[in-house]
Amino acid sequence: MTLLRGEKLALVRGGRLLFEELNLSLEPGEALHVTGPNGSGKSSLIRLVAGLLKPAAGRIERAAAALADEGLALDHELPLRRALAFWRGPHLADALTAFDLDRLDQVPVRLLSTGQAKRARLARVMASGAPLWLLDEPLNGLDRKGAKQLAAAICAHRDKGGAVLAASHLPMAGEWRMLELGS
Amino acid sequence: MTGALAWREAKRGLHGATWLPVAFFLLVATIVPFAIGPDARLLARIGGGALWIAALTAALLPIERLIEPDRADGVLDQLALTGMAEEAIGAAKIVGHWLTFGPLLLIAAVPASFLVGLDGAALGRSLIALAVGTPALAALAVGVAALTTGLPRAGSLAGLLLMPIAVPLVIFGAAATGDGESSALKLEAAVALLTVAGAPFMTGAAIRASRT
Repeated sequence: MTLLRGEKLALVRGGRLLFEELNLSLEPGEALHVTGPNGSGKSSLIRLVAGLLKPAAGRIERAAAALADEGLALDHELPLRRALAFWRGPHLADALTAFDLDRLDQVPVRLLSTGQAKRARLARVMASGAPLWLLDEPLNGLDRKGAKQLAAAICAHRDKGGAVLAASHLPMAGEWRMLELGS
Repeated sequence: MTGALAWREAKRGLHGATWLPVAFFLLVATIVPFAIGPDARLLARIGGGALWIAALTAALLPIERLIEPDRADGVLDQLALTGMAEEAIGAAKIVGHWLTFGPLLLIAAVPASFLVGLDGAALGRSLIALAVGTPALAALAVGVAALTTGLPRAGSLAGLLLMPIAVPLVIFGAAATGDGESSALKLEAAVALLTVAGAPFMTGAAIRASRT
């Protein structure tokens, strides 16, 4: 069962062709690391796979996905746990523990630091139980401990038959297939 | 998810500046007698129209907080990832917004009606006309908020967009307040129904178009 299949994808943004004839596929347990210079369309590819952008050509099929990008999408006045609970993730308790957010769960979202907010986004992805994770620059803002927690979460997700598509200009821990855009 | 979103909208409305449109509505209604003068018969004749102008301007106030914060913060994207249609997002936002906007405006309409010289049967007619009209005003506010989201000076632009679209509603709403014999109330209800039914689609299309 393929979790993501994209065939002959092309994406145009602002009149500029970012990529074309791009083929993507992710099987359970696989992870794909998208790299490339700034402006090569890494984030756009993530949004395209998420269904938030339409391809200029080609087609995409994917399983249920969860996205962590720059949008925090949590109500700023609510305590972290209640803000995350709005998204109805079935594994919220595990996700809070995995990203060491248990101690922060009563803290209002607006008081979280950059790294804590990043972990909250990743915790939402993990809590969702979706088989396909879409991570846009997941290491930005994370300290070393946070990066380790992320690597452990990704590893556990892949062991359970999930797949990960990550766009990052930083090296990711573990075994990844690489896809370089703009080359 | 649709119910949860509507409930969240209502709660966020109550935490935020719910009272602003209502206070604004009352303020405009208070100013009318000062501007027109204390002639009770003249006031009663124009009172219905004045109330509708007050309601329409009050409906403009919350527009900027209806869609834009959620677009900027990625909430709309995350909702789409949960599989929720943009039209359903629009419908949930309209329901949630009306829950904090409609009932409070209706309560404020009682003192406001007295201020513009409407009492007795005219008070009842003004409340019924506003009750029928507020869902449409809420729906228009959400739709226009989605149309202008992400644009610079969206607030002023939203006003320019909303007022012309609301003209039929104001015509029939004010007429229904003034005259109980005519069929204005039925026409107002028809316009309101059309607006409420169409607004989620307008909102959905606008949210999709705002994605870059």
